[in-house]
Amino acid sequence: MSTDIRSPIPGVFYRRPSPEADPFVEVGSAVEADTVVALVEVMKQFFDVPAGVTGTIATVEIPDAEMVDAGQVLFTVNQ
Amino acid sequence: MSARPLKRVLVANRGEIAMRVIRAAAELGLDTVAVYSQADRDAGHVRLASEAVEIGPPPAPRSYLDGDAIIAAALASGCDAVHPGYGFLAENAAFAARCAAEGLRFVGPQPEAISLMGDKAAARETASSAGVPVVAGTPGGIATVAEATEAAQRIGFPLLIKAAAGGGGRGIRIVDRPEDLDVQLTAARNEARAAFGDDTVYLERYLASARHVEVQVFGDGVEVLHLFERECSLQRRRQKLVEEALAPNLSETLRDGLHTAAVALARAVAYEGAGTVEFLVDRDTGEYFFIEMNTRIQVEHPVTEMICGLDLVREQLRQAGGFPLSFSQAGVVPRGAAIEMRINAEDPANGFMPCPGTIHDLDLPGGPGVRIATPMRPGSVVPPFYDSLIAKIIVWDVDRPAVLARARRALGELRIEGIKTTAPLIRELLSTREVVDGDYDTGFVERWHRT
Repeated sequence: MSTDIRSPIPGVFYRRPSPEADPFVEVGSAVEADTVVALVEVMKQFFDVPAGVTGTIATVEIPDAEMVDAGQVLFTVNQ
Repeated sequence: MSARPLKRVLVANRGEIAMRVIRAAAELGLDTVAVYSQADRDAGHVRLASEAVEIGPPPAPRSYLDGDAIIAAALASGCDAVHPGYGFLAENAAFAARCAAEGLRFVGPQPEAISLMGDKAAARETASSAGVPVVAGTPGGIATVAEATEAAQRIGFPLLIKAAAGGGGRGIRIVDRPEDLDVQLTAARNEARAAFGDDTVYLERYLASARHVEVQVFGDGVEVLHLFERECSLQRRRQKLVEEALAPNLSETLRDGLHTAAVALARAVAYEGAGTVEFLVDRDTGEYFFIEMNTRIQVEHPVTEMICGLDLVREQLRQAGGFPLSFSQAGVVPRGAAIEMRINAEDPANGFMPCPGTIHDLDLPGGPGVRIATPMRPGSVVPPFYDSLIAKIIVWDVDRPAVLARARRALGELRIEGIKTTAPLIRELLSTREVVDGDYDTGFVERWHRT
């Protein structure tokens, strides 16, 4: 079964904790509900995006540093 | 120094401060060039400037922080000066130096003063050498856990770990117990590297109950004067919400001490332009300690302007044009009391979550003694890319009780439809006994908000 991970807020989507760091997750990464999979920056504050589900990252839907809306799908997860 | 007045100023900022600079420049008869990102095509500063240049996509690193694009815009539009406002490139010494190298006058202090004060550990050492009290700590930064442990024994717990490249309340951790030092030090380093690209940290004594009081200074390369103090303890997450001038309930001795210390530090670096020297005042002992110097115009500069009857941005533009200060120390006598309220697009009921969006309708306060600084009008979009400050309401009145009443009256007239803001919270805050009595510290807002 496939599930979406959506952005809780509008902002800029970041796949890495800092510009030089590795991405939080790649396709194939195992995640649990509390695994941080991305950051969203809004008004100079950074918010963690938790996976919310247990499974394996199936697709990355948004390129790094793109603008996202609240509710927009960021990743899909195979459960 | 011979005057070489500015003619055409590029304003390297957005929002209310860009409008503030454009207005001051216009009053001096200068042309202005605004820069804007693709998110700001309809923004207030674009409407107000003589000319406007688009410099890049919405994210700040690709627009308002893109020094190359800004300098190119300044040269292409025939500017002879750049005013950075606050935030963005205002305290970027390399940018200030590049402006100078391109023949553009940077409206701010010398690059050397910016970089010295931007390194918090170096700033502490400079203050200490100038005879300005600093909080017990490790001025040169901490290299190892062993070094931190040894210093911590001298400083005592709780203590703070601070990023040398931090500032504005960012990059600070509180350590309560010796056994937490190791883990917190590593975390602070990682955080500092990610946030500032520099993992240098230092330790500092933590004051249980302190007030944040800052002194406005101004230098013209010959003289450094002060314009009294501002009380900025009403903060949440170390971000200021409300500021006032003068600071209430400070003894004359303490105030004189703060003013003298601030001027001594600014003189030690031959400071040019507007700057602010920040202090913590220990409420238990009445001691005061230097925290940092901000080498720019500050968000809360209007409260100083209101009580002093001066225009600090005009003064900045004049100073950059080689004119001496237009005022003398003895000639500035503070009058009345002023308060600034920061209206942020944040939801206080939801952990101050940022709240970008469209302002469907807007009523701004008016009447005597009320000054509004905002780029917003009905239909304005608050983009998610930048600071959450959307308006400042500044009020002046003859004394503190009167100005508090006027502040509450003005906030009562404010109506913002479409997004959540800090306005209702500030209105309640201004009615608390602590604020009414001028009896609060830097932790007050968060303690009060929790209950």
